Amino acid sequence: MSVETLFALCACALVGIGLYGLIVQPHPLRKLVAFNIMGSGVFVLFSALAKRGAAAGMAADPVPQALLITAIVVAFAATAVTVALLLRLIESTGTASLANEPPAGD
Amino acid sequence: MELWTSTHGGALLAAAVLLPFVGMLLGVVLGGRQVQRVAFVLMPLGLALAVGITAAWLREGQTLVYLLGGWAPPLGTALRADGPAVAMLLAVAGVVCGIGLFARADFGTPLGVKESRAAFSYWLLLMAVWGALNLVFVSGDLFTLYVALELLTFAGVPLVCLAGSGETLRAALRYLLFALCGSVLYLLGAVLLYGGYGTLDIPLLADAVRPEPIAWTALALMTAGLLAKTALFPLHIWLPPAHGGAPAAASAVLSALVIKGSWFLVLRLWLDVMPGVASVSAAQLLAGLGAAAIVVGSVVALRQQRLKLLVAYSTVAQIGYLFLLFPLAFDAAGNMALRDAAQAAGLLQAIAHATAKAGMFMAAGLVYAALGHDRIDDLAGAARALPVAVLAFLVGGVALMGVLPSGAYLAKKLLLASADASGQWWWTLVLQGGAAFTAAYVVLIAVRVLRRPAAPLSGLKPVSMLSQCAALGLALASLALSLAAVWGPLPAELIANPLSPKELGNTLTMFALGALLASALSRRPLFAAARVGDAASGDEDGGDMDSGVKDSGLVRRATVTLGVAFEQADAFLRRWSSASLSLLTLAALFGGLLLVGAPT
Repeated sequence: MSVETLFALCACALVGIGLYGLIVQPHPLRKLVAFNIMGSGVFVLFSALAKRGAAAGMAADPVPQALLITAIVVAFAATAVTVALLLRLIESTGTASLANEPPAGD
Repeated sequence: MELWTSTHGGALLAAAVLLPFVGMLLGVVLGGRQVQRVAFVLMPLGLALAVGITAAWLREGQTLVYLLGGWAPPLGTALRADGPAVAMLLAVAGVVCGIGLFARADFGTPLGVKESRAAFSYWLLLMAVWGALNLVFVSGDLFTLYVALELLTFAGVPLVCLAGSGETLRAALRYLLFALCGSVLYLLGAVLLYGGYGTLDIPLLADAVRPEPIAWTALALMTAGLLAKTALFPLHIWLPPAHGGAPAAASAVLSALVIKGSWFLVLRLWLDVMPGVASVSAAQLLAGLGAAAIVVGSVVALRQQRLKLLVAYSTVAQIGYLFLLFPLAFDAAGNMALRDAAQAAGLLQAIAHATAKAGMFMAAGLVYAALGHDRIDDLAGAARALPVAVLAFLVGGVALMGVLPSGAYLAKKLLLASADASGQWWWTLVLQGGAAFTAAYVVLIAVRVLRRPAAPLSGLKPVSMLSQCAALGLALASLALSLAAVWGPLPAELIANPLSPKELGNTLTMFALGALLASALSRRPLFAAARVGDAASGDEDGGDMDSGVKDSGLVRRATVTLGVAFEQADAFLRRWSSASLSLLTLAALFGGLLLVGAPT
């Protein structure tokens, strides 16, 4: 098995674990961690693709590196915004529950 | 076509993206009451820029291109503005200006008033949404589009919780988490495409992409992710609380503009990037979800107790219309032969919805501000108290129904022609029936606001005339949109005489069917007398829910039960677990249908 295939399989596992966490974990903070795991899976996949040199048959493709850095910054920003919102939610309601609001129309 | 060099006017595209963000940064630096001034300088400038881009596009007669730093793709990135991008740039600039005028009353900081954090954030976020949307429209590659979508989400989420109450913070957090889920799926699809074809530039990718497993997987993942961000049924988990709970000026931005960004990207993917990969059967699923959105969204809208939530559910239904175009881009043989008509119809529908829904949310906000509540059952007398705002609401609703000469009318006409040409008669039914569902909640509100109140309204608060006029202006723009469209790129014979027997008959049938639906499904009988006295005590816990059901006929009892069933189904689907499972199921279904529908 080549290194790239190993990386790709790891990426699949990470995305799967992240998705599972996003669906079943009720706590928003755990959902956020799950989102980050899933994101890491995508990043690992992207770096495996870079190693394969997808673009021009080069030994390694530099473009994914540049895109990856941007994607990581975006994911970081998303995480920061979520944590800030979560803190505000705990501040104002005392809980971090995402449970459904009372039926719409109250 | 010149795709690899910058064209004349290309630099305008970069300016259109930069200007709102420069304004935003300037606002942060200057702070306080200066933010609003910056926004008000920016709005006419942005509008002028959008007009300038339109003029340049008309003059050049081709896609405008701007190569960032002079680097051509695949190494560099390009900004491109084709017809759809120009149309959306112009429409968004117009709607932002309208919303800005409206918001002056709510978020303005006149001299002598202490500036508030909500107002400060509002103007910054409005500029951020504008810049992010402009980037979505002109981006030339899928990765820049990813960044643009994330910017749009980050700008949209805080708008939800400007009021800062626990309920709105929760709505914002749900929105953010679900949107992030969607964006990871989109990014995964984009990464797979890069792995398969070595480029993310739209024209290069469109040339390279072939119907094969990697393209199907990528399209399925990206579509599912974008649907989560657009809140197409059954992924509308976050929309009603977010749009219903935000201040009116923010709801208008969210409902009219923010969801259009991810929708526009679905349109790009299916019609521009991967027309050869998309299959008729997957498109049928996409439009099937749209049809379900129209039915469920409209029925649940009729069951709401509050005007703002009714408008929010109407958005759920209207998002459905935006997806009906996809199967109608294919002809009977399964080729994408009717693409241009479908695209034009989709854009018309999107712009019609953006203008009308912004007007309706503003009107609902004004009604709330004036009466101190927006309980639908207690709106009697509102038409007399607030004629302009109520007129704006009703004009917006009528425009969405597709009455001549609204933009929705022309969109429907184009799609009906495509449905005829491709033999997809079932979409004819949906298109015609959908209008009746829209008519239902317009009729419901019209009856409620026009009724004479049991006791004269007292304690009315004055609302700004400028805000009322801004709402009415946007609603009228939606109603007159088809005139603008045939004056511009579309053939004039698409518009019939509104008083010809056929058109008049259609319109009247729509209203009649709408009245029937409204009287069948509304919470209180349609023509029940206005409630007397302090009605607020009655609906704290839904105590007077479905009043009069017990002593009404069998039919009404059956339809009300049906309405309640729809509400429960909606509540179930909006649970986190159901929504995220729907998201995964949809991604899998799209993948399967693309595989099955592939040409052999």
